[in-house]
This record gives sequence, structure tokens and C-alpha cells, in this order.
Amino acid sequence: MNLTRRQALITAISAAVAGVLPRSASATALDDAMAAFTGGVEPTEGGIIITAPEIAENGNTVPVEVESEGAARITIFATLNPSPGVATFTFGPLAGAQRASTRIRLAETQDVVVVAEMADGTYQMAAQEVKVTIGGCGG
Amino acid sequence: MEGVRPRVRVDRATEAGETVEVKTLISHPMESGLRRNGDGDLIPRQIINRFTAEFNGEMVIDIAVEPSVSTNPYFEFDAIVPEPGTFTFTWYDDDGDIYTSTNDQSF
Repeated sequence: MNLTRRQALITAISAAVAGVLPRSASATALDDAMAAFTGGVEPTEGGIIITAPEIAENGNTVPVEVESEGAARITIFATLNPSPGVATFTFGPLAGAQRASTRIRLAETQDVVVVAEMADGTYQMAAQEVKVTIGGCGG
Repeated sequence: MEGVRPRVRVDRATEAGETVEVKTLISHPMESGLRRNGDGDLIPRQIINRFTAEFNGEMVIDIAVEPSVSTNPYFEFDAIVPEPGTFTFTWYDDDGDIYTSTNDQSF
């Protein structure tokens, strides 16, 4: 493909706008949602197993399993969905493991971020990118 | 909401204290509130916003559910069966309806 200087410039600008603006907006929403979950405590990386496909053909139903031994609560965020919160699992005394599996909507290729509140009040986090072929959310 | 049908599959515990796997599914559109109809009007949100699983009144798992959970919400988790008794599964709809399903465990 032979790009003229003008086309190259336009492409660069639209990429910058598309990349920067929505990302900063959704990053704020994610920060807010995460702060609401952790009460502002900074989570440390690790301690969570996320099982999700690397590539999801259909963003309407993406299987995701989360596990974090010793967690009191585990929450899933879809960082680029219209609203980042997906589900929060609170484990009771009869939970056989701190593990849960569900199916979620992903509007586009994005990081799935999982945060766990441990029994001692500390927070752990992990992330996995899921590439989405056809987005879900019906927007 | 009419026509909502819960389905649950639970392993059978063979002795007290055993951990069993629970799989639940409920038929529900999980209307996100972000979709538009043919006239361009937003279709109002109507989702299952909470799911709980209890055994003999004690909590196994309590799930806060957002519109990003798929149509026909599916949840899978592990539960301890400390004694013979009954699992109660409850789904809460935005419209105030509550759907329940039970599973008996005896050994």
C-alpha cells in the first residue's frame, strides 16, 4: 500500500485520537470501579489464576474462570466495556474453593482484570488480554 | 419476568464434608440497557443482578451481577456439603422477581 503524506498524517492522528481519548475515559472508569472495590488500597500483582481464551470468536459469551486461594471476594473488570464491572463473587463459609466460572460479554479486544480481596484485607490483582473477533454488548 | 427457567446440576456428596461442583444456568435475556430497538430507542435494562447459593441456610457464594454477564447467566463453583440437607439457589431480577431452585443432598 502506497500512503501519501496526507493520508499518513490523517491515519496517525486518528490512531492517536482513537487510542488516547477512549483509553483515558475508560481508565478513569476502571480506576473508580477498582477503588470502590479495594477502598483505595493498592493491589499487588499475582495470587490469582484467570482462565480465559486468548482469542474469543464471539464477544457475547466468553468463558472466564477466576481462582484465588484464600480470597474473601473476587471481582472481574472488562476494561474496555461501556461499564467495567462484570461480576463480584463473595465466598461464604461453605465455599469449597475460592473459585468461580461464568460467561461474560466483551465489547472488543481488551484486558480482563481480576482483583481479589484476601481474608487478611490485602488485595491481589491479575490481568489477561482476550482478543475479540466479534464484539458483544449490542451497542 | 415470564418464562425464566433455572437449571442446576450438582454433584452428589457421598459423605459429610465433601466438596461438590455446582453448575447453574438460568434462561434470561440480560438486557444491558445499551441496545436500541428498530426505532432507535434504548431498550430498558433488565438483568439478573444477584445470585446466591446457600446450603441449609449457610452461604456458599453470593454474586453481584452486572450487565456485562452474558445472556442466560451461567455460574459454576464449589460447595462444601457438611451434613445432609438442601441447597437453595436464588436469582434476583431487576423487575423484583425472584427465581429459586433447590437440590437435596443425602448420604
